This record gives sequence, C-alpha cells and structure tokens, in this order.
Amino acid sequence: MKIGFYPGCSLKGTSREYNESVLALAKALDIQLEEIDDWNCCGATAAHSVNKELSLSLPARVLALAEHQGFKEIVVPCAACYNRLSTTQYELAQDEEKKKKVSEIIGMPYDGSVKILNVLQMLQKYSLDTIKSKIVKPFAYKVACYYGCLLVRPHKVLQFDRVEDPQVMDSMMSLIGATPIDWAFKTECCGGGFTESRTDIVAKLSGNVMKDVNDRGAEAVIVACPMCHSNLDMRRPEIDKYLGEDVKVPVLYITQAIGLALGIEPETLGLQRHFVKVNTI
Amino acid sequence: MSKIGVFICHCGENISATVDCQKVAEEVGKVEGVEFATDYKYMCSDPGQNLIKQAIKEHHLTGVVVGSCSPRMHEPTFRKTCASAGLNPFMCEVANLREQCSWVHEKGESTTEKAISLVKMLVEKVKKDQPLQSIEVPITKKALVIGGGIAGIQAALDIANCGHQVILVEKEPSIGGHMSQLSETFPTLDCSQCILTPRMVEVAQHPNITLYTYAELEKVEGSIGNFDVTIRLKAKSVDFSKCTGCGTCQQKCPQKKIPSEFNAGLGTRTAIYVPFPQAVPNKPVIDKEHCNYYQKGKCKLCSKVCPVGAIEYDKPDEFIKENVGAIVVTTGFNVLNTDFFPEYGYGKYKDVINGLQFERLASASGPTLGEIRRPSDGAIPKKIVFIACCGSRDPAKGIPYCSKICCMYTAKHAMLYQHKVHDGESYIFYMDVRATGKNYEEFVRRAIEEDGVKYVRGRVARVYEKNGKLIVKGADTLLGGQPVEIEADMVVLATAGVSNPGAEQLAQKMHISYDPYYFFSEAHPKLRPVETNTAGIFLAGACQSPKDIPDTVSMASGAAAKVAALFSQKNLVREPVIAVVNRCAPPVFSTCVGCFMCETACPYHAIEREDIKDRKGNVIKTVAKVNPGLCQGCGTCVAFCRSKSIDIQGFSNEEMYSEVVSLLNS
Repeated sequence: MKIGFYPGCSLKGTSREYNESVLALAKALDIQLEEIDDWNCCGATAAHSVNKELSLSLPARVLALAEHQGFKEIVVPCAACYNRLSTTQYELAQDEEKKKKVSEIIGMPYDGSVKILNVLQMLQKYSLDTIKSKIVKPFAYKVACYYGCLLVRPHKVLQFDRVEDPQVMDSMMSLIGATPIDWAFKTECCGGGFTESRTDIVAKLSGNVMKDVNDRGAEAVIVACPMCHSNLDMRRPEIDKYLGEDVKVPVLYITQAIGLALGIEPETLGLQRHFVKVNTI
Repeated sequence: MSKIGVFICHCGENISATVDCQKVAEEVGKVEGVEFATDYKYMCSDPGQNLIKQAIKEHHLTGVVVGSCSPRMHEPTFRKTCASAGLNPFMCEVANLREQCSWVHEKGESTTEKAISLVKMLVEKVKKDQPLQSIEVPITKKALVIGGGIAGIQAALDIANCGHQVILVEKEPSIGGHMSQLSETFPTLDCSQCILTPRMVEVAQHPNITLYTYAELEKVEGSIGNFDVTIRLKAKSVDFSKCTGCGTCQQKCPQKKIPSEFNAGLGTRTAIYVPFPQAVPNKPVIDKEHCNYYQKGKCKLCSKVCPVGAIEYDKPDEFIKENVGAIVVTTGFNVLNTDFFPEYGYGKYKDVINGLQFERLASASGPTLGEIRRPSDGAIPKKIVFIACCGSRDPAKGIPYCSKICCMYTAKHAMLYQHKVHDGESYIFYMDVRATGKNYEEFVRRAIEEDGVKYVRGRVARVYEKNGKLIVKGADTLLGGQPVEIEADMVVLATAGVSNPGAEQLAQKMHISYDPYYFFSEAHPKLRPVETNTAGIFLAGACQSPKDIPDTVSMASGAAAKVAALFSQKNLVREPVIAVVNRCAPPVFSTCVGCFMCETACPYHAIEREDIKDRKGNVIKTVAKVNPGLCQGCGTCVAFCRSKSIDIQGFSNEEMYSEVVSLLNS
C-alpha cells in the first residue's frame, strides 16, 4: 500500500521534527509513504488573503501532481496544508467553470479524485490495531489534546470529527495509555500566522491555551499542526511573559507521543528539537 | 340542445382596459348553442347579477358562462345567482379573464383573442356539464381534543360551552401541559398556575367534557363528521373510582429519587405519583419503569398502605372506541435539552440549564419554592448569563426557524431574577430581540431600563467550568465584535422549541401533513391557519409551530369556532367535485376491473371496496367505490385508473377534452 506524502513547507523547515516523527512512525507501522514529486507550497494563509485564484491553483497543482503520479490517497500532516487542499478540492467540485480555469492556470488536467488524509485519519484508517499491538511503553501521562482551528473546521468541507468537541486525538491517546483531560481550549485559536507580525496576539491567544493546560494539570500538550506547535513551543518565552508565570508543559506532536509508546528512539522522533525541553516525559 | 348565456364582465377597467369585452361577447355569441351574450361593467354587482337571472328566465338558459375574475373569487357568487334563478349551480362556469388574461397581457388584438378562446372553451365545457347535487353527510356532534395543555383545555371548553360533547385525551397523568410548569407569564407577570388551574378544574367538572388522562390516540378511521377513534387508556394501576387522593401511597413509596418531569429534572418524585399538587385529576398513577414491584416483582407497599384498596397491579391497558365528528390536535411542543450543545458542555455542567428548568426554579411550586438557587450546590447565583437563540435560527444545527417565545421568556427570566436577587447581575446574549406582541416591546424595555438587565448582542462561542465558575466566552457585535468573557454562577440556555417526540407517528395515524421539523401543517398559512388538509381535523397551539400563550389560546378558540360551525349544520354539505367510479348495466356493472391501484394512490383513504351481488347474495364482482365524505377531489385516482373507470364530477374526461378540442379548433 503506497500512500502519497505531501510534507508542505513547514515540515521541511520549522517543523522538521514533525516530518521525522511522521516518517518514523509510518515506517514502524508498515505504511509506505512516498513524497509527491515536484510539490509546491499550498499557499497557506498568505495566498487566500491576497488572491482567490492563486489560493486555489497552488493546492490544485499538488493534487494534480498526486493524481498523475498515481496516488489514490495522500497524507498531509500539516493542518493548514490539509485545510487548503481539502478546501480547494471542495470548491472545485462545486464549480465546473472554476475547475476548468484552475486546470488552465496550472497547465495540467485536474480531476479532484485523490483522497486527502491528515495524520490522524491515516492512523485511524490503517493503524489503530497495529499501534495497540506494538505498544512497548505506555504513554502514561495526563495530556491535553489540542486541535486548533484548521484540523476540524469548516465541518462542511472537512467532514472530520465533531467541530465543537473533537475526539479523535483523545481516543488515540487513551489507546496508548494516556489520560486525556477535559478542558476548554481544544479548538481555540493559537494565533496562527500572526506569529511574526503580531507576536503579542499570539502570546495572548496561545497564553490562554497554555494557562488552561497548566491549571488543569496536564503533563503534555498533544498537537497535530506545525503552526500550533510553533506558537505553543517556540513562543513560550512570550507566553510566559504574558501569563506572568513559568509554564513548563512540553508540546508534542501526536506522532511523537505514539512513537515513544512504540519504543522509537526520542532522537529519531526529533524530540530534542523542541524549545520547551521534554524532560518530564 | 344547449341554450347557453355568456356574460362578460369589464371588472371596472381591470379587464376592459386590455380586452375588448364587447367584441368577446359578440364573437362568443356566434358559437353554436349560445343563446345570449352580453357584457357589463360589474357583473358581480346587484344589477349585474340581475342581468344573469333575467336572461336565465327569459331565454330558458341551460348553462351559463361568466367571463370575469378568477373562479376562486366569484364562482360561488355566480353559482348562487344561477341557483336563485332555478338553474343547477354546477351548470355555471367562470372563465378567468382577469388574472389569467387582462392583468398579464398588454392591450391588443391577441389579448382579446385569448379572452375569446378562454370563454369558448368553457362554453364547450358547459355543454357537457351535468347537473350535480351537493353531497350531504351526517355529522356526529362530538369532538375529540388530543392534548390537554392550554390549547386543548381552551378548545375543549369552548366547544363544550357551545353545547357539544367533547372527549379530551391527555397522555400524561394530569392535564395542564407546559403552561402548568411556568412561573410567571409575560408581559403581565401574572402567575401561570393562578390563571391556568381554574381552567383545569373547569374541564374536569364540565358536564360536556369527558376527560381521559394517561391515554393516547391509538387509531383513527373514517372522515369528517364521522371519525371512528380508538383510544388507549394506559393502565394507571390505581382504581380512580376508589382512590380518594389521600397521598399516603406517595409518602410510603420507597422509590423517591426519580427525576420529576414536571420539575424538568430538577426535583424528584416517587414511582406512584401525582405530577404536581394542583394536578387534575389529583390521583396518582404508577410509573411502571421505576416501580419496584413491576421491575423486581416485590414491594407492593402502596397497596398495603392504601386505606381504600385502590391499587390494582397487572391490569392491562384498556381500549375504548368513540365516534366523533371533528378532531382538534393540540399536542404541543418540547424544548431541546442542554445536552444538545457540545459548545456549552453537552449538559455536563449542572448549572447550565434550559429555559423550562429556570421556569421551575422561579416557580413558587418548584423545587426551590420560587427561590433562584442553582442546581449544583443550592447557592443563590450572583451572576446569570442567559443565551437566547440556542439552536434556533441555526441551519447548521438543523433548526433554521425562530422559536418565537425565547426572546420574551428570556427577558422575563432576567426580570424575575432581578426581582428576586437584588444584588444579582444578569446578562442576555441575543441575536435580535423579537418582541412583536401587544405590550411585548415595552416589557423588554422595562427589563433593560428598570431592572437593569444587560443585553449583549452577540453569540456565545463556549461555556466551560473553571474554579467553580462558568466561563462564558462570546462576542459583543455592537462593540465591533470585541470578545467578551463573563464569569457566571449559572447559565440559562433558551433552547429551541421543537416538535414533540412521536409527532410524526401521530400525524401519520391521522393522515395530516407535517413540515420537515414535524410540526403539523395548516391548510393555508394565512387563510386557513387552524385547519389541516384533512377535512374535520383542526390544529391549535405549538404543535403547529412554537407559539406563546396568547397565540395558542386564540388559535384554540379559532379551532373551536371551526368545530362549532361544523356542528351547527344539520348535515355536512360538500361540493360534489369528487371522484366517482362509473356504473353501467349488467352484465358489466362497471368498467372497474377491481385492480385497486386507486386505493394505493388515494392520499385520503377514500377508496372503499364494494361487492356487487346477484339476487341470491352471491358476489359477482368487487369494484372500487369512493367514499364521498373522504374524497377531496384531487384526481390522483383518475390518473392511476387503468380502465378509465373513475372520473371527477364536474371535471370529467369528456368535459376536459371538450375544452381542449375547442382550443385546438380556434
């Protein structure tokens, strides 16, 4: 079973550890991921803020490439890429004219037949039983599963999990022996792309998230989005300053948490790359 | 040989401005069989009608065609005119020269041509028309009211006070419905129980009303004037003829922690119970789901302590049959529970309650005797947030409609809270305030201006618990969408009003239509709001759509007036525009082959089976027969009939074809 792999820019840059852990976990679970050849940026927040056609064409090109390279399914670990690719597929499916236009712009036929999966969907579809059977070191911690905005919304497009109270990560964490907490900021925004331009806003929004995590005594935050991770992890000094307290809770990708439970070496999972050191886990 | 009179109306200038009425009369006058043709300015006026009457008498007319406005408007007028001149009213036809010609076309030759064609078509139809007699159906002057809330109570009392017998069926152990649960009522703040309970007693004591509580409609057959209904009397396990309502059984019942439906789950009750102290009838029933004896086979404590031996276990449900002439459906509504809302905690926070629960907290007969105390610890909340439009006006949640009552009851809730907790603070998150009744807007202003209720325009994104407080996160859209966070002690959700569970099944039992949300449909949203599409079945109250008490009561009285009007007739007179299965001489008897496709097609269950027998009583043939009381003349059976054996009277195939042929010939 060969699944297309679209890392997107984040996984090649700021979130190398996400990339490393996804690939390591896939290997451990016998999922063959093959990177889509000649892929480009999905456009992320920037494209759809300035140009509608560009925001559809960039993801459409990635999807078209995947089709031509014979993939039926592709895995998109980054929540923003996942959201943009899915939105493009949805919008082009609604409008034949738009589809034709975009096809012209990208200079290749586009069909829209590739199934787009995020990492959670991939694990859910192929690996729940394998994970269960391969656990060597239960991840016995109190965790706050943080979904952010882009993974579950808009429901009309993504059709993934419950919008107001998603459960997929929680149940996966229970599976590997963790105790997911009931908390209030599961789907609140971390500040996203404001991380460079308005760090103060990110400090506030991510600060609110981390405060609830800390107050409720979680030992780790589990995420599935590079942007969420960057903001909660890299911006921790600003967060601490905003909160006026020292929050030490580390932020882990779900692939890292599961990887640890399966006994994969921390270095292979890129755990050493986090700004907030993962000493407690 | 036909002698037809044609009368073209100018309708002031409505028709004559674009149609040459004189020419129409002249041209149609040339048609074979037309004896007399004329035009006049206002045919529906007294002189216009006299013109028709005189012509019928002078020219011995056998049929009349009036070219005027839509038959919906004046067909009854002109048919009456013809009848008074001795012509069978169904030999009069109306050509629609206004709505379907003069109003929709420019002035010109072709418009006049079209008018001529329209009149000619009906001339040909009149030639084929048969004199018809109105159908008379006897009426059983007894009404069935389903649902004993305020709508059912009002309808039952109004009908009973007209001197007719009424059967009132209520599925709960007591009548009273949701209104009995309410604290005070807007916009006057008079106590709900104080105005309702006397009516409940009146129902119980009225000589014309038979009350069946703890009963449900099982089956309906028949039609307007003659419904045969079967009612299931659920076994109460208590013999009401012996029970004195002393209450000893309730005191001794060991099952004491059953959530009370009357208190919307905020209080408890026993397994043998009277829903509330002012219940009518004030006698208990046993809730088998929770009774130790029914569940575990032993206990019987109530039977041991009953001083009159009224407890009777293991008695089956009873079924009674009644014949009624009309049915009023008043089965009410429900509100969503808080567990419908994941963003507000799926009902897991005890102090997030819905509007009905707040009513119970504010009610003198409630679990806190009218003191506003929160469910979790009984403390008096110092800060309450009310969230309006919870579910309502939210297509994503599947409830796109406005629940209508929430704006007002939320204002009332906040007001009652401020009256009872003087140092309390109340916030209302709202989308719009819809206060459209008499004195409603003034009531809301009073809440804001005199009682200091703080209205915040915006939606609440999330409610969560932190350090014993409920954090309400929302936006104030009047401050440019600024995020608002309130630490509340209690949150009240004005959850959407929805149809009752079981509404769909009930509608199907009665063959009445309902909307996508299972609210029952009225026959016409403006002009026939209390009738259903099934003759003889009427609607009142919130089973049709969420509505407040004043609207419910007016609708109930409206439905009662419809029933009284129906019962005021000796017989039911109906237009003979119904389907008939043809009959002919032996040995054929009818071209009907008895396939009964019509039976499956008929939405009104009007097709019956009739055996044709010889003199010895042997069945020769079974054919379809249309029940004239049930048939609504929709014509579906005609389209389905393979042997062309069914026709609609007044719209027979022959009559229709003659119209079409006339058009093709012109």
